[in-house]
Amino acid sequence: MATAPPLTRKDFQSDQEIRWCPGCGDYAILKGLQTVLPELGIPREKIVVISGIGCSSRLPYYMETFGFHSIHGRAPAVATGLKLTRPDLDVWVITGDGDALSIGGNHLIHALRRNVGIKILLFNNRIYGLTKGQYSPTSELGKKTGSTPFGSLDAPFNPLALALGAGATFVARTVDIYQKHLVEVLRQAAAHQGSAFVEIYQNCNIFNDRAFAYMTDKDNRDEQAVYLEHGKPLIFGNERDKGLRLAGTELEVVELGTGGASEADCLVWDAHRSSPNLAWLLAQALPPRFPTPLGVLRSVETEPLEQAVIEQIERAIDRQGNGSLETLLHAGDTWTVS
Amino acid sequence: MSTDTSIKDPAAGTERAERPQARLSDVVIRFAGDSGDGMQLTGTQFTNTSALVGNDLSTLPDFPAEIRAPAGTLPGVSAFQVRIADYDIHTPGDAPDVLVAMNPAALKTNIGDLKRDGILIVNTNEFSKRNLVKAKYEHNPLEDGSLDGYRVYPVELTRLTREALADLELDNRSRDRCKNFFALGMCYWMFSRPLDNTIAWLEKKFAAKPILAEANVKALKAGYNYCDITGVFQNRYEVEPARLAPGLYRNINGNSALSLGLVAASRRSGLPLFLGSYPITPASTILHEMARYKNFGVTTFQAEDEIAAVCAAIGAAFGGSLGVTTTSGPGLALKSEAINLAVMTELPLVVCNIQRGGPSTGLPTKTEQADLLQALFGRNGESPLAVVAAASPSDCFDAAIEACRIALTHMVPVVLLSDGYLANGSEPWRVPAVEDLPDLRVEHASNPEGFAPYRRDPKTLARPWAIPGTPGLEHRIGGLEKEDVTGNVSYDPDNHQRMVELRAAKVARIADELPPLEVDGEPGGRLLVLGWGSTLGAITGAVNLARERGLQVSRLHLRHLNPLPNDLEEILGRFDRVLLPEMNTGQLALVLRGRYLVDVKTLSKVQGRPFTRGEILAEIESMLEA
Repeated sequence: MATAPPLTRKDFQSDQEIRWCPGCGDYAILKGLQTVLPELGIPREKIVVISGIGCSSRLPYYMETFGFHSIHGRAPAVATGLKLTRPDLDVWVITGDGDALSIGGNHLIHALRRNVGIKILLFNNRIYGLTKGQYSPTSELGKKTGSTPFGSLDAPFNPLALALGAGATFVARTVDIYQKHLVEVLRQAAAHQGSAFVEIYQNCNIFNDRAFAYMTDKDNRDEQAVYLEHGKPLIFGNERDKGLRLAGTELEVVELGTGGASEADCLVWDAHRSSPNLAWLLAQALPPRFPTPLGVLRSVETEPLEQAVIEQIERAIDRQGNGSLETLLHAGDTWTVS
Repeated sequence: MSTDTSIKDPAAGTERAERPQARLSDVVIRFAGDSGDGMQLTGTQFTNTSALVGNDLSTLPDFPAEIRAPAGTLPGVSAFQVRIADYDIHTPGDAPDVLVAMNPAALKTNIGDLKRDGILIVNTNEFSKRNLVKAKYEHNPLEDGSLDGYRVYPVELTRLTREALADLELDNRSRDRCKNFFALGMCYWMFSRPLDNTIAWLEKKFAAKPILAEANVKALKAGYNYCDITGVFQNRYEVEPARLAPGLYRNINGNSALSLGLVAASRRSGLPLFLGSYPITPASTILHEMARYKNFGVTTFQAEDEIAAVCAAIGAAFGGSLGVTTTSGPGLALKSEAINLAVMTELPLVVCNIQRGGPSTGLPTKTEQADLLQALFGRNGESPLAVVAAASPSDCFDAAIEACRIALTHMVPVVLLSDGYLANGSEPWRVPAVEDLPDLRVEHASNPEGFAPYRRDPKTLARPWAIPGTPGLEHRIGGLEKEDVTGNVSYDPDNHQRMVELRAAKVARIADELPPLEVDGEPGGRLLVLGWGSTLGAITGAVNLARERGLQVSRLHLRHLNPLPNDLEEILGRFDRVLLPEMNTGQLALVLRGRYLVDVKTLSKVQGRPFTRGEILAEIESMLEA
């Protein structure tokens, strides 16, 4: 086959008019995805974007790939059926905090535990946008919304901890407006063989504006977030004067420099540790006590489910031969009436 | 009573007393015992042996939802009825001629069905005071005269089995577990069946534990010889082979036939089959069976729930596989939103609903036809899809192929209705030749020139099946309303009206290719007995009996419930009256009344059990007398 000219971002833009609210974080994520996909060297027709219901789930319509806008919460299940039967395809799931963690919670955890080779991008804006602003399973306790005028009473999910608990082999977090970081995280997710789970903090400027301003405002960016880089110590702060250190079985923030701790005391990040324990500690690192960890918490390769399924079928064919319908129908005890 | 139970090879027949051998045309036997007594196994062995003898047969397993209800209690009774005949039969029989009752609870729950003067074999060893109390008997029925009118054969089954196995290194508990084979041996003697098929089966089943094979074979032979030597029964019976259409036969139950039909459809279409399923009674055995067919390229996926099961099948269908999901009523309810996604995205999908008693959890192990309206209408919006029904255990094979054919040629979800009675019941099946099966080959769209995801085939109105991986056909589908032809999201009022009508017309056109309906009997007259699904056997039997009594009655059975066949209305119009027996309260009747303004009379039965011929015959007689 002659080599086609390399694809560009434009090649992944469909002719459909984008209908997200102006200023929505979804635009940036769409742009990030359309930036990464051309780099992969995968032809467009081999890429499938599958979504559920919600603002984020409109994304497939804007991608010039195969796309499936399915039903609320079920995208991981649709994607699982597709990937198991078509392992040659690159399958992405687009979902939100309500879609993935509320109505579709069951499918999310089972897709992750099975390690099906699909990439799940969870747009977390901590609110229901499309239904006009009810609290979501990631809304902070006490959140006042249309459905909780006196404040919400139920504790939120921690998406990364949930994914790790489900046995996810790739777990990462990034932010809509950090385009460079977002693209880098998506790149790593794309390269992962099994299930990849990426939580993307996404600002809903209509119903939950500035939900992540505590860390995205210019003055806070380095103070309130810690960037996980494989092989590097966990250091943060405007002056890079703080670090994360392991104290027994917990993490602690330490001041670096005179009278304080040194860089050498800080935890050196290893996303490939087979034990998820340290990733779990990072997932539990929440403001205000901790900076928000951004980057890849866990990246461990084990055989994806679709590969195991194919191998089992191949073994059966090796052992029993390619099934003959004639033989199958005539199996068991038979008798002839003449 | 003689207690000589020394094991002898029945074939040797050294000191066999010659007893009169009566020929029977048709006999119904029911094995009933505790859930742990192996009654399903016993009945299945009797069935398989009878099939090999060449009888026509029909079976009715009846077991509780509880895996092991407390031993000896009424809810724990498990029964298996089999009817064998030397002619073509249609039902497992209205009432047993022979009842084998392994304990008081089994006697109590089944004696009411036994024909007057029927043969009753009871295991007297189980009639202890404690067991009588468990079965809620105040007096021992073996002693209080309540069994007068039956031919009662009290047998010390437990003791005789223990004695027969005395020389084997087994505890009494293990010996007692062989008593069902002692009872089976007795029945084999009574109905002149060979033992070799069951012996071969036992030796294979217990290949890893030869002592258990030996024990069960010994018990089987001991039961046989016990009859041979003691002369406990006055009569021995012979049921000759049935005169069935020539061909190769095997005994098959509905779920097995359905599984084979799915594999056949996969092979005949050239599409890999993907089954997404979640365990549910009485559908689970399809998942079990399909999971064994990996060398046919079958992928089975036991999903986290019913919804994921159907969604995964839809995902597989999107990718170009033959996507199937199997379930029962409660699962169909959970799948309804996803099935509607397949309606909207116009993907081929086969949903097998093995109906059980409802509503809610209902009667998991009992049969019913009460999901018809759910299949037809149980989704939001105007949601047309195809519905077909299987009519007998072996017909599940053809029905599965027909469901796949419709799904693939019309790009539409199809609900295939079976039920618990068909799923577990069995009958001889004339194995078809592979080349006689329909050719289901389909073509995926490949040409980008003029491609649009909702550009329809002018004849069928099916949209193209354009699968991922095809260059130039990149497109998006989903649950939002589609613009005609382009498939883009559209909220346009006129477009929605048009798309609703197009989806309906697409399903309606399925009827254009159906063969003409065949009325059994006169093409018109005073009475038509109409049916669908598993009532076929009982209706056919009842109509045949009515004709033997000189009544003029015709019969018609429907495979396609949506769309209904084009000639149905005209046929209904040729009869003064239409009787429609249904194992619901009149669901198809409601549809027919609404559709054709025809005064269909419902005969309803919702007892978790199939109709008997007698019930339908009585209704036929009463309608024709009126």
